[in-house]
Amino acid sequence: MKKKTLFWRKLNDRFHTLFSAASVFIAVTGMILVLYTVVIRGMDAVSLDFFLNSSRPYGVEGGGIANAILGSVMITVFAAVLAIPPAVLAGIFLSEYPDAGRAVAVLRFAANVMMGVPSVLVGLFVYVIIVVPSGHFSGFAASVSLAVIMFPLIMRTTEDMLGMVPNSLRESSLALGMTKMRSILCIVCRSARNGLLTGILLAVARVSGETAPLLFTAMFADAWPSDFFTRPTANMPVLITEYTTNSPFAEMHTAGWGASLVITAAVLAVNIVTRIVFREKNNAG
Amino acid sequence: MQAKIEARDICFYYGDHQALFNNFLSVEKNKITAVIGPSGCGKSTHLRIYNRIFELYRNQRVTGKLLLDGVDILGPDTDILELRRRIGMIFQKPTPFPMSVFDNVAYPLRLHFKLSRSEIADRVEDALKSASIWDEVKDKLSSSGLALSGGQQQRLCIARAIAAEPEVILMDEPTSAIDPVATLKIEELMVELRKRFTVMIVTHNMQQAARISDYTAFFHKGEIVEYNDTKTIFTNPKCKKTEDYITGRFG
Repeated sequence: MKKKTLFWRKLNDRFHTLFSAASVFIAVTGMILVLYTVVIRGMDAVSLDFFLNSSRPYGVEGGGIANAILGSVMITVFAAVLAIPPAVLAGIFLSEYPDAGRAVAVLRFAANVMMGVPSVLVGLFVYVIIVVPSGHFSGFAASVSLAVIMFPLIMRTTEDMLGMVPNSLRESSLALGMTKMRSILCIVCRSARNGLLTGILLAVARVSGETAPLLFTAMFADAWPSDFFTRPTANMPVLITEYTTNSPFAEMHTAGWGASLVITAAVLAVNIVTRIVFREKNNAG
Repeated sequence: MQAKIEARDICFYYGDHQALFNNFLSVEKNKITAVIGPSGCGKSTHLRIYNRIFELYRNQRVTGKLLLDGVDILGPDTDILELRRRIGMIFQKPTPFPMSVFDNVAYPLRLHFKLSRSEIADRVEDALKSASIWDEVKDKLSSSGLALSGGQQQRLCIARAIAAEPEVILMDEPTSAIDPVATLKIEELMVELRKRFTVMIVTHNMQQAARISDYTAFFHKGEIVEYNDTKTIFTNPKCKKTEDYITGRFG
């Protein structure tokens, strides 16, 4: 048997190490460039008025993005309220009742398909079943479309997180004389709590930047979002789209970038806070 | 004396594969009965029938009779929640719940009994004392059960099982994931527990069976080869196979 030379094995090792390091560098550079652009272009727009004033029609000076922030928060929170309970319960069903057989397979397949559906189609769907029959755009319709997008995300992470709970914990809770549902809700879900909350928050962060469905549902308004269920509702993604692509005014371009900066900072903050809070809890056990 | 538990002609199947063959076993009250045998001989499978925990999994089924105080518990009339209160179980890996030490032990109390706050506190203390862990955790009852060491976690699980006021405690290799010093503590504890409970223990460790048990059953390939008082099994086994196993010739 011929021996491989050590030289080649070491060279091979070096090459792969270098290659993966270079890949990391490229990925990080892309991310930094995006952040840099958003910060540089958006910085000028940010002021106290920017956070306190409602947006103004084209050409009127002194507008802010307060109504869009509020509208976005309302749309996202309401979407979370609609999506989280059924999505978590469906995830529990997938993970804890595998004996249901066909139903589980069908549900999981449907979720996979739903995760692949472009969000613009979800917007169109909600437009057809809610906006058209009711005769008006609304924040509520936007919430429904975001909830439809969140549902499979949360369901699958719930299933995955519960799947990581060791079977011995299920057995030991049942061996104490607990019913199955009690064991799932009080012991299994509690054990997977950090994973479940992280999954939910990441799903919320993911849909909070969705734009296409909102164009079909919430549209936009310069007013404060006081008629959430019956009127077009201001929101960040559509504001950014409108201001940066549709407006002829330089001031609005800047405001669009400013709004981008705010939304980026918010999503980043949610991510970082999630990680810090749950890491500490993890260490404490 | 009537046996606390009596297995009569127990056969067990994983799907089409038969794992236990015609097991007969009579477990005496307030004694420690050890189940020994090589890996895969069916000793854990046998134990997991006693609280019907195997029913969690599809494709697993049992035939025969299992009498607890003379009543067959494998029948459809058995209240499974009450059965599992009467027959507690300790697993190979410690399984503290993700909650405080206190709440771990209080859980079965709140589950099975109507008690006031102070009664619960008293009984938690009693259970922790019975599991010889009170002195180590009395100052950190509100910290997480997961923060304890492995041996402490296992004794916490024993305290949790005791809190449900069972009659029988099943232990499925309770010390195989635990260091020797902690193992010794748990063995001492088991000898104490015998005064109040009927204890059954599955173990790989023959010295452990010899040290603590009153009776020993030797399993091989799903059959009970020999069952006798522990001294006889280890000093004067009737079967050649038992002798070969306890002298280390196979297994």
